[in-house]
Amino acid sequence: MSTFDMHGSEAPVESTVWKEEISLIDSIPQPIAILGLGLVVVLIWHFATASGVVSNIILPSPLETWREIVFVGTNLVTGGYMLAALWVTMQEVLIGFVLATLIGIGLGVIVGETRFGERAVMPYLIAIDTMPKIAFAPLFVAWLGFDISSKVALATFVSVFPILVGTAAGLNSADRNALNLFRTMGATRWQTLVQMKMPAGLPHVFTGLKIASLSVMAGAITGEFLGGGKGFGELIRVAASQLHTPRVFALILYLSLLGLAMFGTVSLIQRKLVFWHKDSRDAGE
Amino acid sequence: MMAAHLAKEEGAPLAPSIYSLRGVGKVYARRSLVALENVNLDLRKGNFYSVIGSSGCGKSTLLKIMAGLTSPTSGSVVLTGKPVVGPRRDIGMMFQQATLFPWLTTIDNILLPIRIRDGKVAARAKVGDAQALLDLVGLNGFEKAYPSELSGGMAQRAAICRMLITEPAVLLLDEPFSALDELVRDFMNMELQRICMERDATAFLVTHSIAEAVILSDTVFVMGARPGRVIEAVHIDLPRPRTLDMVTSPAFGRYVIHIRDLLSQGASHEHV
Repeated sequence: MSTFDMHGSEAPVESTVWKEEISLIDSIPQPIAILGLGLVVVLIWHFATASGVVSNIILPSPLETWREIVFVGTNLVTGGYMLAALWVTMQEVLIGFVLATLIGIGLGVIVGETRFGERAVMPYLIAIDTMPKIAFAPLFVAWLGFDISSKVALATFVSVFPILVGTAAGLNSADRNALNLFRTMGATRWQTLVQMKMPAGLPHVFTGLKIASLSVMAGAITGEFLGGGKGFGELIRVAASQLHTPRVFALILYLSLLGLAMFGTVSLIQRKLVFWHKDSRDAGE
Repeated sequence: MMAAHLAKEEGAPLAPSIYSLRGVGKVYARRSLVALENVNLDLRKGNFYSVIGSSGCGKSTLLKIMAGLTSPTSGSVVLTGKPVVGPRRDIGMMFQQATLFPWLTTIDNILLPIRIRDGKVAARAKVGDAQALLDLVGLNGFEKAYPSELSGGMAQRAAICRMLITEPAVLLLDEPFSALDELVRDFMNMELQRICMERDATAFLVTHSIAEAVILSDTVFVMGARPGRVIEAVHIDLPRPRTLDMVTSPAFGRYVIHIRDLLSQGASHEHV
């Protein structure tokens, strides 16, 4: 036996290789899991409506809904009246989003950068933010009438706060050393804001923008429910009042695609603009 | 104690003092805390200084005063003949974190102080200088890399370049390598020595490591707490350039033991 045999004359050690359990769901690729669940839901839906357990007026069958999705889709791509309605809603959403971005970032800078904003303005903004903002819809209709401006106003109002809060939080996210470094470099307040605090805060701003890109749709549609007009919300309201539920489902589906496109666009801009931030690079994946 | 060392200094031909603190104190009235009391020190051109002390001995307050980031409540702080009454562009700083800005490439990070001070055009004119600094710290080829692509040690090298680009009169180093792992840290300390010697830089390092202070410094200021004050200025009489092998030499060991004794006396004085 070698002098360097550390184990001496002990018995050989028994193998302790053991089997790690992998749960079933982890062994299935995710796309298959998603499709599988969707299929199960549609099947339950089908049997619920085909057996007559749920009335067709309350819940249309999957097939009826699919036919209506094709119908609405055809109307949209052939430039029918629904496309005109979608364009109206898109205008409300886009104008509302741009306004919310400008106002949100503007107020966010005041609140995040100035002591006055932080101490005097912020409490009012928090107070307004806690209100159920949708409840202001009738007021906007009364002030601005039944055309798209009242819907734009509501869409802006409901989506401005996440942007504002994101901007203010972003400006305060700069670390102490970075601030000291800018002081020792003799930077002016403006230079510190534009060259350091703003870029450092961009990930927070985009978090706010992404939340806003979804709530802005809800604002525009709510405005249309209460203020009429020619948008997609009006189509939904009319279809629902006629108990034409398959169409309501189809219209909501296309609206959600619009929302998804908005969210995707913001995520894409984030990845280009905030390329250096890890979570932002992964955004939208 | 201080007088004895000053007398010893007078024996050798000395570089001129470029940074002098006289009777500097800092009292936080609201907390009735004496953070610093009667600190006197001189930094001579081309010398390397360290300050070491237990936490709460006021060394970060001292560094902030020297950087012009906070005002002392007594005494005077004079750099190159002009009183320090606010942030100064001839003071270079480094922190524990590299504090590079992730949206700028390495070379743009290095040129940032020039861009802040003199604008974009001036910064572009200094690209050659920045390039030379990258060569000096061994980062050539990484001009266009973003900070996320640099390792911790490389990021601190870039931070050194950014500090040097304005050719500051004094370098204030706030534990610049303490977040790095030990092998990298030793190596970076030797690099720091080489860079300081090549540039004849005057450096002031805050550290927690006695060994680091001894191996790098010409003078180590040992601080005690409550009130924060300099207990002794220990002159390190080891030949330059210092090497990592020196840590095993008897002289090095004596300095370390002496400083440790000073620190533990300060600590027992506080009944910790």
